[in-house]
Amino acid sequence: MGLLAAIRSDRGGQVFLCVLLAVIIVVPVQNLLLPVSSALHMSGYTVTLLGKYLTYAMLAMAVDLVWGYCGILSLGHGAFFALGGYAIGMYLMRQIGTRGVYGNPVLPDFMVFLNWKELPWFWHGFDSFAYAASMVLLAPGLLALVFGFLAFRSRVSGVYLSIITQALTYALMLAFFRNDMGFGGNNGFTDFKDVLGFSLQAPATRMVLFLGTALALGGTYLLCRYIVASRAGRVIQAVRDAESRARFLGYRVESYKLWMFVLSALLAGLAGALYVPQIGIINPSEFSPTNSIEIVIWVAIGGRGTLYGAVVGAFLVNYAKTYFTAALPSMWLYALGALFVLVTLFLPHGVVGLIAERRSRRGTVQPGLKAL
Amino acid sequence: MARPQRVQADAARGALLYLEDITVSFDGFRALNALTLCVDIGELRCIIGPNGAGKTTMMDVITGKTRPDAGAAWFGRDVDLLRLTEPEIAEAGIGRKFQKPTVFEQHSVFENLELAMAGNKSVWKTLFARISPAQVERIDEVLERIGLKDRRLVQAGKLSHGQKQWLEIGMLLMQDPQLLLVDEPVAGMTPQEIERTAELLTSLAGKHSVVVVEHDMAFVRSIARKVTVLHEGSVLAEGSIDEVQSHPKVIQVYLGV
Repeated sequence: MGLLAAIRSDRGGQVFLCVLLAVIIVVPVQNLLLPVSSALHMSGYTVTLLGKYLTYAMLAMAVDLVWGYCGILSLGHGAFFALGGYAIGMYLMRQIGTRGVYGNPVLPDFMVFLNWKELPWFWHGFDSFAYAASMVLLAPGLLALVFGFLAFRSRVSGVYLSIITQALTYALMLAFFRNDMGFGGNNGFTDFKDVLGFSLQAPATRMVLFLGTALALGGTYLLCRYIVASRAGRVIQAVRDAESRARFLGYRVESYKLWMFVLSALLAGLAGALYVPQIGIINPSEFSPTNSIEIVIWVAIGGRGTLYGAVVGAFLVNYAKTYFTAALPSMWLYALGALFVLVTLFLPHGVVGLIAERRSRRGTVQPGLKAL
Repeated sequence: MARPQRVQADAARGALLYLEDITVSFDGFRALNALTLCVDIGELRCIIGPNGAGKTTMMDVITGKTRPDAGAAWFGRDVDLLRLTEPEIAEAGIGRKFQKPTVFEQHSVFENLELAMAGNKSVWKTLFARISPAQVERIDEVLERIGLKDRRLVQAGKLSHGQKQWLEIGMLLMQDPQLLLVDEPVAGMTPQEIERTAELLTSLAGKHSVVVVEHDMAFVRSIARKVTVLHEGSVLAEGSIDEVQSHPKVIQVYLGV
């Protein structure tokens, strides 16, 4: 099935793409064109917040591709997101140059502070944007390729796979916390100045980053939709539902899982690379195991196996988080836990599943959700 | 990866499937004990035996799921089954139906057959695959054969138990295998369904070799020309249904006298 045909029968996706298009048009107008005094003006803070949610939505979609369609419950996708973020962070650190506290033209501040005399070998090349951009994909992609190859070849699946993905992200967190690793230790990277010569503080730069993220999210959606609507997409769902049947039909189940896992890691890395310049900081807490678990909760709450459900979940949960951590900081984790339990018990298909059910009860069938 | 050649049946041995002295142990328990079995081209063979006789383990060995400790397994003249992975064995022309009907429940009947279709099953090829009119025709042909034509677009999970069994047999047919391994095809079926299944399986023999593992003796009697009795991992008796039923050792094993 071609992409157009796939979108034509995907009502939820049509709604999602229309909303995304509206955001791409309305947000720049509200932020840049309307005067600050206008009631409809959108502050830079809100744009950044929305941009952050968009990168989270992309990350959630990457997780939905492997979990919702391929049945691989990864509890370590935060690691790929963080690696993408660190790769672009290294570029941004090199861009600071003499504007750092110590004014060293080559070494980032934390290296000067640690009394390092020269740049470690793996920092070479990161002064080039093209090189850093390729690392954004290569680092998480290679990690996923090696990890997935070993895990899937040994037929590690189900809860065991979930546990080793947790171990993976935890191990990386501990490694990145170390100062002698050369990634800024505890503090990570921050105080970025500019990207490709444009100041990260300028509203126009921030708007370009925001729009780039929105377009990347739309592109991710189209790519994932094409894949899940193709015959390969039906194969991965078949692997999810009856793995040995697929194997005895002649499918190399391990290759399907591996390529979906690698693609998902690439998308997560790209999301991380879009996140860091907008947020302005990356540190080892991004590798924290709870972060990766939270992503899975977004997908579950939105509705897994739909792609746009992941977007809904990422926005709902993170909006709630922003609200709760400001209003009732101590309550957030309880609220998140309660939300997860309630959704699992009463909304097995998530929020979008509830909407689909309402519609089909009124007699209108939503073709995109017929798989639910 | 190269697609294995379609199998040339071994004229000298006259056999399509040849198992020799296959032994499989699990933690000291011998599931198969020097099992030797030969299946001819176009033959319909029934395999019976009490629980734990090694019937399913034998299928696992043939399809590459379990590696034996000793013995040889040949498919035709030159395919060494013990060297191939499960997907390679499927491509070489062996299809397997599981004991519990296993279909892709979230997919439609049509999609189940589409996925089972013989052809290149690499990730890259399936990503850009488009179904051709000839392939649709082939799927409709199989739908007709398994009696699910009016269920074409129904989600496989919504089929009855018997229909799922037929769909799974249909999926094997789409693979266009030379050898079908069918594990307990009539378990849980109504008498009418059993009758239709018997017709279906007998119609397949000749064009394909079919190996059926079954407990239901009436069903075995209705389809089998040759029966193999397994007991404690090796062949106890082989012959026509009347021969094996009057075989003293078989009576002893089944009736305990």
